[in-house]
Amino acid sequence: MLTRREFIKLCLGAGAGFSLGSTVLPRLAEAITALERRPPVIWLEVQTCTGNFLSFLNTLNPRLQELIFEIIDLRYGNTMMAAEGEQAIRALEDVARDARGEYILVVDGAVPTKDGGIYGAIGHHPDGRLFTDLEAVETLGPGARYVVAAGSCAAFGGPYAANPNPTGAKPVSMVLDRQVINVPGCPIHPDWLVATLSHLLLYGVPDLDPYNRPTMIYGDTVHDNCPRRQYFENSIFAAHPGDSGCTYKIGCKGPVTFTDCPTRQWSGEHLSWPVEANTPCIGCVAPEFPDGMEPFFEQLPDVKLPGVTVTARTAAAVAGIVTAGGIGAHLVGSVLTGRLARNWVGKTETTKTNPGTGPGGEEKTLSKREARKDASWRGRRRPAGKLARGKDRNHHERVQSEREGEKE
Amino acid sequence: MTRIRISPVTRLNGFWSVEVEVKDGQVVDARSSGIFFRGLELILMGRDPRDAGYLTERICGICSSAHATASALGLEDAFGLTVPANGVLLRNLIFGGDLLQNHLRHFYLMTLPDFVQGPDRPPFIPRYEADYRFTERESENLYQHYLEQLEMSRKSHEMTVLFGGKIPHTHGILAGGGTVPPDADKVRQFGAMLDQVSRFIEEKMVPDAYLLADRYPEYFEVGEGYRNLISYGMFQEPGTPGERVFKGGTVIDGQAGELDPDKITEQVTRSWYADDKPLHPARGRTIPAPGKEEGYSWVKAPRYNGLPFETGPLARLWLRGDYRRGYAAMDRLLARVLEARLVASLMKKWLAALDPGQPVFQSYELPDSGEGVGLTGAMRGALGHWFRMKGRRLTAYQVVTPSAWNLSPRDDGGQPGPVEKALLGTPIADPKNPIEIGRVIRSYDPCLACAAHIVFLQGEKRVFKI
Repeated sequence: MLTRREFIKLCLGAGAGFSLGSTVLPRLAEAITALERRPPVIWLEVQTCTGNFLSFLNTLNPRLQELIFEIIDLRYGNTMMAAEGEQAIRALEDVARDARGEYILVVDGAVPTKDGGIYGAIGHHPDGRLFTDLEAVETLGPGARYVVAAGSCAAFGGPYAANPNPTGAKPVSMVLDRQVINVPGCPIHPDWLVATLSHLLLYGVPDLDPYNRPTMIYGDTVHDNCPRRQYFENSIFAAHPGDSGCTYKIGCKGPVTFTDCPTRQWSGEHLSWPVEANTPCIGCVAPEFPDGMEPFFEQLPDVKLPGVTVTARTAAAVAGIVTAGGIGAHLVGSVLTGRLARNWVGKTETTKTNPGTGPGGEEKTLSKREARKDASWRGRRRPAGKLARGKDRNHHERVQSEREGEKE
Repeated sequence: MTRIRISPVTRLNGFWSVEVEVKDGQVVDARSSGIFFRGLELILMGRDPRDAGYLTERICGICSSAHATASALGLEDAFGLTVPANGVLLRNLIFGGDLLQNHLRHFYLMTLPDFVQGPDRPPFIPRYEADYRFTERESENLYQHYLEQLEMSRKSHEMTVLFGGKIPHTHGILAGGGTVPPDADKVRQFGAMLDQVSRFIEEKMVPDAYLLADRYPEYFEVGEGYRNLISYGMFQEPGTPGERVFKGGTVIDGQAGELDPDKITEQVTRSWYADDKPLHPARGRTIPAPGKEEGYSWVKAPRYNGLPFETGPLARLWLRGDYRRGYAAMDRLLARVLEARLVASLMKKWLAALDPGQPVFQSYELPDSGEGVGLTGAMRGALGHWFRMKGRRLTAYQVVTPSAWNLSPRDDGGQPGPVEKALLGTPIADPKNPIEIGRVIRSYDPCLACAAHIVFLQGEKRVFKI
């Protein structure tokens, strides 16, 4: 049997090397045979664009038919199932009852909670009542063996929970009082979910970070493993989308985004990813997405930190972000890890075509060694408290207006 | 009189409830009700207009590239940008790949279970007891093609990744053009996958569609709507980006006409929005009112010249003169499959026309203010984005989707929406197994993720209160 360590190594290998097909699949089959039946899975779409399910369909190793016919038992999934209406709802009730404590609940989408949850429904109960998303998650959550929040909406709220959050959309973890394994992405990469499910079936719950994300996937920043890192080090920056340089100056959020896109690549065949397509990473897996990641095409804000060139004028804006939430810790950690600091505040030459991103204000530089010393007080992947959105609803607008002010 | 409610209607994006009344074995009344709402356009207010493309993609996972296209066209309209030919070609190829993915998945994944018995295991059971007319051998064949389709729709998505970085929610369609300069290696990979997909469409999907039509000929009569079709045109002409490869226009009972976007309005009498008069999308506004008694859907009622129109591949092929047999359920299904074949062949031409070394993107400075409109064909039909901006921020954004046209509820004058109309007269053999309803309504390739989003304008005033 494949050891857990070997499995994780495989997952980390990513890219073309990541192949559940040749190595893990037989082990999975073994593990499944040992069980009395394939683990039942409920794929519950709530407030979603269905992008996560459609991305999941793109799984290559294993292929979808292997996954749903040989490994898991997909008992409910409204995009694919033959049943409809009452028959579908009864199928859901059946699996919830018969496989209580055994089924895996995959939630795809945020949960609208405003006005009793009337903004989203998975259908109607046989007696005619609306079956709201909120009710569905609250009913199915407690009986599940595992709850997996697939995609950024389920994990962190995502685009529909962005300011002003018209429907009171919440992540699954804020609706259920139990462990929820967050597998964010907008959409989710098929491998991210398949690897998580495989780990659950083979070894149980994977190592999770403080955001309950599997560390085997969300352990490093995009910037850490970016193939264009050398462009960044050498200050070769793209002037606009479509340019082949480092996309940092046109808005790349890779330095504050934790996932393995650069090594894994999209989709089933691992062909490309947003930076390779000469566009910025927009941080779609991050808890702060999208509010904390916008504007998508503007450079990350300058930052006042030890070890870093400081621009006084921007300190206020940055302080706002740092207090607001997780991005602060990500940002701090990333800045302090090394040479990022040098480029962070535009000490090097930038391309002239991107207005509003140049350096300015008083500058002060600490040595790299001092920076590292200072870095030790804060873990590099430690999130700073709750979601930005939950705490500070006006965060987006405030940062926006401060950035505006900064430009003038 | 028997009432049947199908909620959720599965095998589509989003959440939809359809209610019909059956008398003497026929549908005599129908209601289409969108039962979820997210508010993305409200969320767009105050954001950078360049972000609208990536954000509106998040309306819908199966047609994200169509929203990216509409948004890009809108910004280009406002900023007066001309996209280089390579940029148009790249965007057409990304959108084309996504469209093939959609048409493949719609025909096999969403439609076939209404006509064919799959194996006796989930997700093919439970299912209705109904008239599945294929022989065992044919069913087995179709099931094999269903499995092959999983591979082919994935490959269609992989194509878009080559030029768009990822999918769903691709990065490669932006105002200004495409972002991936073509080279021989990418063209080769794209071409190889396109060949496989187009061979599958030609050799399996098109014959399967005709076989389906042969076994269920009554659906050439059942599910006929208003015989009103609308299209905004689809795919920019690479040399002349103002022109469309598929021309826009209207068809009223067999008579083709020019499209005048000023005649588009949205009505909300029977939708869960505060009462308002019919408004053009560029001036429209929406105030959600979930408790409204006469309302029964989150979908608004778009009308053209006050009349309901249906939109989709049938409208596009009718206007091209490629398919004019009729307006019923089977006509919609056939038109979609034939459109997939047509788009695959166009994509081969576009791929060959890419010119390595030539620019793909027109850069621009974001102006302080402006307004624009982006009209395009999406997988399901006419898609429009209207927006205004001030101080480099969005002050108004409105999206009118194809599924809003097709799945709309009754309007101010009480006229049923196209799907509601098409259901009238549908024979129901067994009210306990009303499979015929799904056969009619899925012929529209319904998408509630697109249809039921919020529409909100008059950005300067915050009128959103519940």
